[in-house]
Amino acid sequence: MYILIVGAGKVGWNLARELISRDSEVTLVESDQRRYAAVEEELEHGVQYGDGSELWVLERAGIERADMVIAVTGDDEDNLLICQVAREKYGVDRVIARCNNPRNLQHFGLLDIKPAISATDLILRLIEHEVPKYGPLHLLDLPQERLEIIELEVGEGSPAAGSQVKELGLPDGSLVISILRDGTGFVPLADSVIESGDDVLLVLDTGLEDKVTARFAPNGGDPAAGS
Amino acid sequence: MGSSIAKTMLTEGHEVSVLDEDPEAIALLERGTDVSWEDQGGSFTVGTALEVDALIEAGIERSDAFVASTDGDNTNLVIAQVAQRRYEIPQVVVRVLDPARAKWYQEQGLQTVCPTKIAIEMLETAVLGGTS
Repeated sequence: MYILIVGAGKVGWNLARELISRDSEVTLVESDQRRYAAVEEELEHGVQYGDGSELWVLERAGIERADMVIAVTGDDEDNLLICQVAREKYGVDRVIARCNNPRNLQHFGLLDIKPAISATDLILRLIEHEVPKYGPLHLLDLPQERLEIIELEVGEGSPAAGSQVKELGLPDGSLVISILRDGTGFVPLADSVIESGDDVLLVLDTGLEDKVTARFAPNGGDPAAGS
Repeated sequence: MGSSIAKTMLTEGHEVSVLDEDPEAIALLERGTDVSWEDQGGSFTVGTALEVDALIEAGIERSDAFVASTDGDNTNLVIAQVAQRRYEIPQVVVRVLDPARAKWYQEQGLQTVCPTKIAIEMLETAVLGGTS
C-alpha cells in the first residue's frame, strides 16, 4: 500500500515510522525547511520538501498512485483542501484529515471530508465519559445513515428509573442495546429493570435525542445532584 | 485588494460588510478620506474567516455576493466553498494566487481570480508588444 502523508510534525513523523515498520510504502511532505532536514536524516528519500497544498508538490510525491492520503499539518484549511484535491482531482479513495480546531469540524463535514480527526474533540469526549453530567454522550454518529448511538445516565426519580425496558415508552426508532451497571454491561431483555445510576446505551434515528433523553432526566432536580 | 473592492462597491451604492482578523485593517478602508468607514455606510467586523459566528455577525446569511480575498489561498478556497455550499450565496468570487489550483477550482464551479496569471499574461503581452 502506498501512503502519502502531508505534514511531518509529531503526528506525521510518528505515523510514517509506524507505517514503514508495517511494510507500507510511505512518502512524507513537509514545507518547513528545518523540519524537513531533521526528518530527512532519518527517513532519507521518504520525505520530500514542499508545500503539500500545491498540486505539483503532491504530483511529485506520487499522489496519482497513492492508495491513501493523510493530511496532518497544523493548518485545518490545508488539511481540508489536500484531502479534497486528493479525492476529487486524483481519485484517491481513502483520505484522513486532521482537524486542529474542533470548531472547524463542521467545515470538514460540509465538504464531505471524512474521517476528520480532532484530538481536542476526542479528549473532550473522554472527559464527558468520565463526567457524565454533561448529558448524553455520543458514542457514534452516522449522519448519512441517520443513526446514532448515545450513552445516558439514568437520573434519580426519572421516568425510566425502576421501569422495565418494555415500559419505557420510548419513541419508535429507538432501542436500548445495553445497560452498564457496577462496571459491567449486559444486553437487556424486555423485562429487565432499569435502575437509577445505570448507564444506558441506546441506538436511535437522528432527531429523537431530546424525546429519549427526557425519559432519563432526573425529575426537576439539578442533574449533578444525584452523584 | 479587499479594501479596494469594498470601497468601490460602497461608492457604487451597495451595502458592504468587511470581515478582517486585524482591527487596524479598517484604516485601509478610510485611507484618503476624513469620513469614517461606518459614517460612509460600511460595516466592519473583527474575526477570522473560518469562524462561523464572525461570518454571521458580518451578515453572511443575507448577502448576495461574497468575496474571499485574504492573503491565504487555502483560507480563501475553504471559505468560498462554505459561502457557496452552506449559505448558498449566488455570487462568490475567490482570490487564488496559485494558477494551478485557480484553474482546477474554476473547473469545479468556483469563480476564481488569479492575480499571478493575469500578471503573467500582461507581462507576456508587454514583452511580445516590445519585440514586434
